[in-house]
Amino acid sequence: MEKILITSPEKCIGCGTCELACSLAHNGECRPAIARVNVFRFAKGKNVPMMCFQCEEAACMAVCKTKALVRDEKTGVVNVDADKCIGCRMCVMACPFGNIAFDRVAKVAIKCNHCDGEPMCAEFCPTAAIEYVPADTATLNRKKEFSAKMKQALEEVK
Amino acid sequence: MAGWTETILRVNLTEGTVKKEALDMEAAKKYLGCRGLGVYYYMKEVKPGVDPFGPENNLIFATGVLTGTMGSSTGRYEVVTRSPLNGVLAGSNSGGYWGPELKYAGYDMIIFEGQSPRPVYLNIYNGTAELCDASDLWGKNVPDTTAALLAKHDPDAKVACIGPAGENRVLFANIMNDDHRAAGRSGVGAVMGSKNLKAVVVRGTKGVKIGDKDKFLAAVRESRRLLKENAVTSGGLPAFGTNVLVNILNSVGSLPTRNFNESHFETADKVGGESLAATRMYKNKACAFCSVGCGRVAWSEGKYAGEGEGPEYESVWSFGPDCGIDDIDAVNKANFLCNELGIDTITMGSTIAAAMDLYEMGAVSREEAGHELKFGNADALVDLVEATAYRRGFGNELAEGSFRLGTKYGHPEVSMTVKKQEMPAYDPRGIQGIGLNYATSNRGGCHVRGYTISPEILGLPEKLDQQSIVEKPAWVKGFQDLTAAVDSAGMCLFTTFALGAPAIANEITGASGTEYTGDDVATAGERIYNLERLYNLKVGFTKADDTLPQRMYNDPISSGPMKGNVSRVPEMLPHYYEARGWDENGVPTPEKLEALGLQEFMAD
Repeated sequence: MEKILITSPEKCIGCGTCELACSLAHNGECRPAIARVNVFRFAKGKNVPMMCFQCEEAACMAVCKTKALVRDEKTGVVNVDADKCIGCRMCVMACPFGNIAFDRVAKVAIKCNHCDGEPMCAEFCPTAAIEYVPADTATLNRKKEFSAKMKQALEEVK
Repeated sequence: MAGWTETILRVNLTEGTVKKEALDMEAAKKYLGCRGLGVYYYMKEVKPGVDPFGPENNLIFATGVLTGTMGSSTGRYEVVTRSPLNGVLAGSNSGGYWGPELKYAGYDMIIFEGQSPRPVYLNIYNGTAELCDASDLWGKNVPDTTAALLAKHDPDAKVACIGPAGENRVLFANIMNDDHRAAGRSGVGAVMGSKNLKAVVVRGTKGVKIGDKDKFLAAVRESRRLLKENAVTSGGLPAFGTNVLVNILNSVGSLPTRNFNESHFETADKVGGESLAATRMYKNKACAFCSVGCGRVAWSEGKYAGEGEGPEYESVWSFGPDCGIDDIDAVNKANFLCNELGIDTITMGSTIAAAMDLYEMGAVSREEAGHELKFGNADALVDLVEATAYRRGFGNELAEGSFRLGTKYGHPEVSMTVKKQEMPAYDPRGIQGIGLNYATSNRGGCHVRGYTISPEILGLPEKLDQQSIVEKPAWVKGFQDLTAAVDSAGMCLFTTFALGAPAIANEITGASGTEYTGDDVATAGERIYNLERLYNLKVGFTKADDTLPQRMYNDPISSGPMKGNVSRVPEMLPHYYEARGWDENGVPTPEKLEALGLQEFMAD
């Protein structure tokens, strides 16, 4: 089943646990600077977690000259084939969201791969601001949450 | 050892030199980091009793074995130095994001020695660390200093700095990091000011190594489960912050009001956490890697309009009930100003409350105070916070804290202090265990060195009768020791509502790859507590200082559920010494010191 990572910035409290979960999963150390997910903290308590959206029309895939970026058709995830990656960083430039980075030690492009089906950012997010959900019903939870607010508003009018 | 960078920075401000050194790994293992490691290094390197404002007083910023790892609420660091407020070995713990960033830059600790001839700041970018001219920053408040430094350096850097209060050596000035988090108590900011050190900027892109990833993840999963299931850490604190306590403490008759003249505030709810969340709060906010998120992003309105973080419970209490003020905007504003100017909110509010007490009894005149300084005067409160930071007018008297203020005006009894530091927001006449903790806390009046409110009021891990005294000495000792270990490991104290020593030991074991048991953690805490005690004894504190203000013994609570009670610290103290393995004068016995591996610090 295809699943996606969906973020709800309004739930994010800016703790950054996702960054450490990510770096721990991929690199075995706690290191926000190499995480595939980052949290950005703004005024008035607004926080936004950012990671690869696994775009349907992925600019990174389109610009990659060595076909090092390959979509797994079963999961929908765009993976980096490290053997094919020549480290040109075209994908880094092409991603409009900044969601591909370059590992200067391993000399390859790095991006979110859903931890091969068990994304640790979602597991350790304390407020469910990052959730790993079935792609076909991904927005259902958000609809449910908002519908509860609408219900309350309607009751107040009555 | 994993969990550590094994490197420290030694900065000599007199010479203007910055050196890298290897961390003493034996000490790191034994003292866990932050508070314990800082105290150990301080006592090894600085002779007892130096002038807090002299060049021979070191100022240490230390992280712990878990700081910057994915353990529970592990964004903490500690500042250790000799306190100018009361002469103890000060340790002030802070959250935010600065501590982890120091680790990511490759350092466990920074030791500042000497005194710079002119204003400087330290700028760290991974392996590079240099002292830079801070003359254009001197005089700036915390947000302006932080913004200027982030504009000049990496915008993702983290900044710890002092405000005008630290520069002006206000005796309870704090060090602020990430704009809103404070190494708050004991005047560590004034020491930084005396060194002409304005700020420490850190940017790090390295990582913290984890010793045993599988063990570590298993420990973290278990801790997070416990934190999630706990009503305080997953319910009360995220929803209402620590300020959830205003109404709770008021209902149990132990909310000190009008400088401890009363213990019940009739309109407490107006400044409580529920009111704040409903009317003045944007959102809650977490420090680094914290699942609790007790921070408040809030605002104030009207003539006190402002914006910032907090206030948390102690600040609300000190500016609110303790000053007889129920105006949420004034309370929030006073708190925001303290953060911007770099002032400890507990001592600030309590000192203003003492001044109000003096005014009401006629010992301070309107001319002297510059205000009609009655309890409840919110305008005076807000004005005097700023006056204190700049030592303007009556603010110059307040800047010395309530002990010196009361003495100067002939009424030392108005100072609600232990070892010259102001007590926080729990009346020790209504809650016996916290009184014993105040009396024996190594940094003077302080709740976060042994937070027995957890069992005495919140019922965690089990409910104790707030007035009983028999079991309290053992509980106070246990909480003080565990707290010392938690502070030292780099975790937030608030995790202990849900986590005990075994859970903490498992996290440290996984991160460091070195086996720690729950007993090892508790023993490390006891070791640290005893070492701090030794320092205080060496600089002249005695059993006579393990006491509370006379009002706590002589003036019973006047109304409410705890009416008629006084503190029974004198009855509990001998039992506490006994539980600690100290002699009848409160001096650790040679046997105790040997058992804790503290022989090298035995009295000479």
